[in-house]
Amino acid sequence: MKKNQDKKNRFQLEYLNSPAVDKVGVEERVARFQTRSIKDASKMQGLKMALNMIDLTTLEGKDTPGKVKQMCYKAQHLHDVLPGLPTVAAVCVYPSMVKIAKKEVAGSGVNVASVSTAFPSGQAPLEVKITDTKFAVDEGADEIDMVISRGKFLSGEYNYVFDEIAMIKEACGKARLKVILETGELATLDNVRKVSDLAIYAGADFIKTSTGKIQPAATMQVTYTMLMAIKDYYDKTGIMIGMKPAGGISTSKLALHNLVMVKEVLGSAWLTNEWFRFGASSLANDVLMQIMKAETGVYQSSDYFSID
Amino acid sequence: MATKKNIPVVEWDYAPSLEGTSHIQLKKQYDLFIDGKWVKPSSGKYFQTINPANEEVLSEVAYGNENDVDLAVKAARKAYAEVWSVMPAAERAKYIYRIARLMQERARELAVIETLDAGKTIRESRDIDVPLACNHFFYYAGWADKLEYAFPNRKVESIGVAGQIIPWNFPLLMAAWKIAPALAAGNTVVLKPAETTPLTALKLAEIIEASGLPAGVVNIVTGFGDTGAAIVNHTDVDKIAFTGSTNVGKIIQKAVAGKGKKLTLELGGKSANIIFDDAPIDQAVEGIINGIFFNQGHVCCAGSRLFVQENVADKVIAKLKDRLNSLYLGNPLDKNTDIGAINSKEQLETINKYIKIGKQEGAEMYQPTCSIPKKGFYCPPTLFTNVAQSNVIAQEEIFGPVLTIQTFRTVDEVIQKANNTPFGLAAGVWTDKGSRIFNLTTKLRAGVIWANTYNKFDPTSPFGGYKESGFGREGGLHGLSSYVKLV
Repeated sequence: MKKNQDKKNRFQLEYLNSPAVDKVGVEERVARFQTRSIKDASKMQGLKMALNMIDLTTLEGKDTPGKVKQMCYKAQHLHDVLPGLPTVAAVCVYPSMVKIAKKEVAGSGVNVASVSTAFPSGQAPLEVKITDTKFAVDEGADEIDMVISRGKFLSGEYNYVFDEIAMIKEACGKARLKVILETGELATLDNVRKVSDLAIYAGADFIKTSTGKIQPAATMQVTYTMLMAIKDYYDKTGIMIGMKPAGGISTSKLALHNLVMVKEVLGSAWLTNEWFRFGASSLANDVLMQIMKAETGVYQSSDYFSID
Repeated sequence: MATKKNIPVVEWDYAPSLEGTSHIQLKKQYDLFIDGKWVKPSSGKYFQTINPANEEVLSEVAYGNENDVDLAVKAARKAYAEVWSVMPAAERAKYIYRIARLMQERARELAVIETLDAGKTIRESRDIDVPLACNHFFYYAGWADKLEYAFPNRKVESIGVAGQIIPWNFPLLMAAWKIAPALAAGNTVVLKPAETTPLTALKLAEIIEASGLPAGVVNIVTGFGDTGAAIVNHTDVDKIAFTGSTNVGKIIQKAVAGKGKKLTLELGGKSANIIFDDAPIDQAVEGIINGIFFNQGHVCCAGSRLFVQENVADKVIAKLKDRLNSLYLGNPLDKNTDIGAINSKEQLETINKYIKIGKQEGAEMYQPTCSIPKKGFYCPPTLFTNVAQSNVIAQEEIFGPVLTIQTFRTVDEVIQKANNTPFGLAAGVWTDKGSRIFNLTTKLRAGVIWANTYNKFDPTSPFGGYKESGFGREGGLHGLSSYVKLV
């Protein structure tokens, strides 16, 4: 805990200094990422990169072993018509489905990520959240996607939020921790920046925009603000933090714009699924459709792409 | 905590994306546009205009002299007296609207020609120069038949023949700034574009011809400084509007003294961009970049003097350097290019002279590592730190992608330093504190002050300077008032 206390002290110095974020300026900057020219070989490379960064996700009350198994198969066989495609980075499921998913993707290189801490609201006692996390890890989750207590943050209890993240990080053991900020509930980019700093200092391996249950989710403005927090932390400490925009990225074009942003803000070192992920359920098929268009010259109907 | 593992870094490059040039039409040779006709120069002389990005000749342009200017002024006078000043204002408006629409229809052609002739990036000419130029015509067309509402309780009269001389940094946009309000108020025009960038003004002449504007209302006479001097010294010109260097502005003011000519001057600048410690730092860094590297720094209101509060200076400078390395310098026609070509060889020499002076003065220079195309005129974005008010590079207008960085401690200090210059065109203030913005805007001696942004232009907003940056305003109602007599 001493180590955490040090970090917390450092964070408190830092977050008092979390820079202000000007929304108009961010919008202008983000617009520039969308005018870069991505076509031909550059587009193909970008699309394959995007496929390999997807956390294929199902997070529904009606999830069943059958549904999860089917999704896991898709994760490893995105479109077998076309040889040489990568797999997705991970499948993302509720803790109760981890064991099944783990078995299905065994040996494929695809990770199993599990949401925890009373996802998506996070409105549960800390002990419950720790138990929830430990359960997912014990079941075999390689990655944990936790939610922060937005209510506590908005009522000014930053220390609570910090300690909670630090404790979940401890409960993760070897699993990598993604901290979901649920930016749609934070209202301002100033808050997004502040929570990004808070989560990074508290021990996040990744910061993630959204649960996918709240709109707006992963807007480019929000992702940009979080990338700047990662950049500042890296410039200060030399430690890389990952980024995962989730929710609302369903087209190849938007995915490529995100990759341009990552390249220009953080550099090419982040352009791997070790450091960047898309949390998405429908993105994969749109990317596949674009790849097939590039290969064959014509768009195919969505019936030619499996929907697991 | 995750640390850097040995994951191979894969480079991902953008696809080169050159804007096409097959849709543009450039003649091998352009004559003067006088009295609605294309007229050969009386001297028979032509000069070449080149693409500064690769030094290739684009076209030959007529070199107008005193006789040609006299012809143009006579045509303008005749059109003024017989047609334009007596036409119902609503009819005048129709012509101006028509010019605006024709410009919009040919926006892509205008943008590409602007980029070829001036070296500015296609992104800027496509997204900023050309749309803004169209908007100026639209905006002033709206005022043409509402002049008595623009100046309530006054009787509004036109002036007569306006002589207009424009610079090479925003060739089409400056033509629009000058021609649109002049026409709306009922004046006729003799315009001289800059010698390095005459092509879009000549394209505009073609558009004006196609619009059916009565002959002689707008005349375009290309040439060099002596051509401009002939316009300034012509006894039948009622108003001179000049945008360009402070030196030439002073010569013009001397020349028209005591002649009863109205005069507006929009001259140089050395504008301060001021960053406080509570500013949105990352957006401020973008604003600094946009302030000084927009159009390769060929901007009279460029934020060329950066003032950073000392307690955040290291951070801001580190971020600036970092950001410079993600800028793409190269072929201005490539849609990915952020920094294009310097407008001319002469200007590149001037910039390099100042860079040399800066180094000799002991200022610390930083340039990112970027490959410079072999042909053409290019200058990498350049920062100078360790700069004081006394440095030449912090005092004189460089008109290139060169930024000087000074630090300050208190609000009063930075106001003093920002005002401590012969110029007074623009300034930028970056802070999260609204009250501080208002405090500074009242105390900074500059015509335009931007808060938490920089280099934003709009036809409705007046633009112009204090002190050696000139007098008179362009844009908005203020811009219109320079072209009317209020009786």
